[in-house]
Amino acid sequence: MSVIPKAVGFAPRTLRCSSTVKLFLWLCVGVNAAQAQVAPTSLLHKEAPEFVRTDLENRKLDLRAYRGKVVLLDFWATWCASCQIEMPRFVAWQSQYGPRGLQIIGISMDDDPALARRVFEEQKLNYPVAMGDEKLGQLYGGVLGLPLIILIDSQGKVKARFRGEADLKLIEKRFKPLLRP
Amino acid sequence: MKTGLVARSGIAVFIGFAFLSLSPQIRAQFAQVPMGSAFSIPEAQLLKPEALVQLLQTTSKDKPLLLQVGSHMLFAQAHIPGSEYAGPGSQPAGIEQLQNRVNSLPRKKLIVLYCGCCPWNRCPNLGPAFAKLHDMGFANVKVLYLANNFGADWADKGYPVEQGY
Repeated sequence: MSVIPKAVGFAPRTLRCSSTVKLFLWLCVGVNAAQAQVAPTSLLHKEAPEFVRTDLENRKLDLRAYRGKVVLLDFWATWCASCQIEMPRFVAWQSQYGPRGLQIIGISMDDDPALARRVFEEQKLNYPVAMGDEKLGQLYGGVLGLPLIILIDSQGKVKARFRGEADLKLIEKRFKPLLRP
Repeated sequence: MKTGLVARSGIAVFIGFAFLSLSPQIRAQFAQVPMGSAFSIPEAQLLKPEALVQLLQTTSKDKPLLLQVGSHMLFAQAHIPGSEYAGPGSQPAGIEQLQNRVNSLPRKKLIVLYCGCCPWNRCPNLGPAFAKLHDMGFANVKVLYLANNFGADWADKGYPVEQGY
């Protein structure tokens, strides 16, 4: 028995248009705008806040230990579908660019580590993942929506902050010049 | 009339090609709307952020019950002042927590649900939470429409937030 009386369309009435052309424009402009926000924040060009955690494989994960590498810090969660869509690409990047100094680090914002561990295994992640918490989120300017990806250069400085469903090609374009040739 | 038909067909073909040329991530937005997503919530029940702010300011006696049904970690970082955490709507334990919270309330009580964990069409929490309240007979349930997430559509807009549990 259906519990929902009526399904909504693409968006609330104020965003819907009768014209197909207007709808298309909304899809292109509105949705694109929602995708990748390279948000300038107070963290930009400053030292990435340090943290030490234990990863899902019980190894120490110290951000400072990755100085000299270009780090992509990926805040994700199992309830974030977009985050999981990105993961295969991150696995591929880690294999492809790892030898040139790229290190991807995942921070799960799940409340339950068991859920994160399951995705870690299912997706065969080839980079360390640790559990986050509200303190770590606040250190990075607040993780008030996922995905959130922080690009940190080899000197430990924050170079970019990608919030929302980002264009992965754009992220790749940003980190590639920072890698070793 | 024939010209109009040709023009409309042309527009349809153009839209089709343009859609296919969008990035895979954008196309995935529409191709993989999860079951029970926020899209299943009736349009009439949606509340825009500015409307909620107004509602919270003007309602004096019978204030709405404001429930966050997403991640507790996000709630602890920032939430709407006066709101309560009611468990993740995407999980059975969260639905049970929500049910326990509202069970004793009159069915005409105004309840506002919100999440903001991720883009609207990806949110796994609001659809099931809304459906549960509907099943329980609550007839006055609104859902805060946050297109991207709580950070972009609420906190960054300068609307009030507080931290903690």
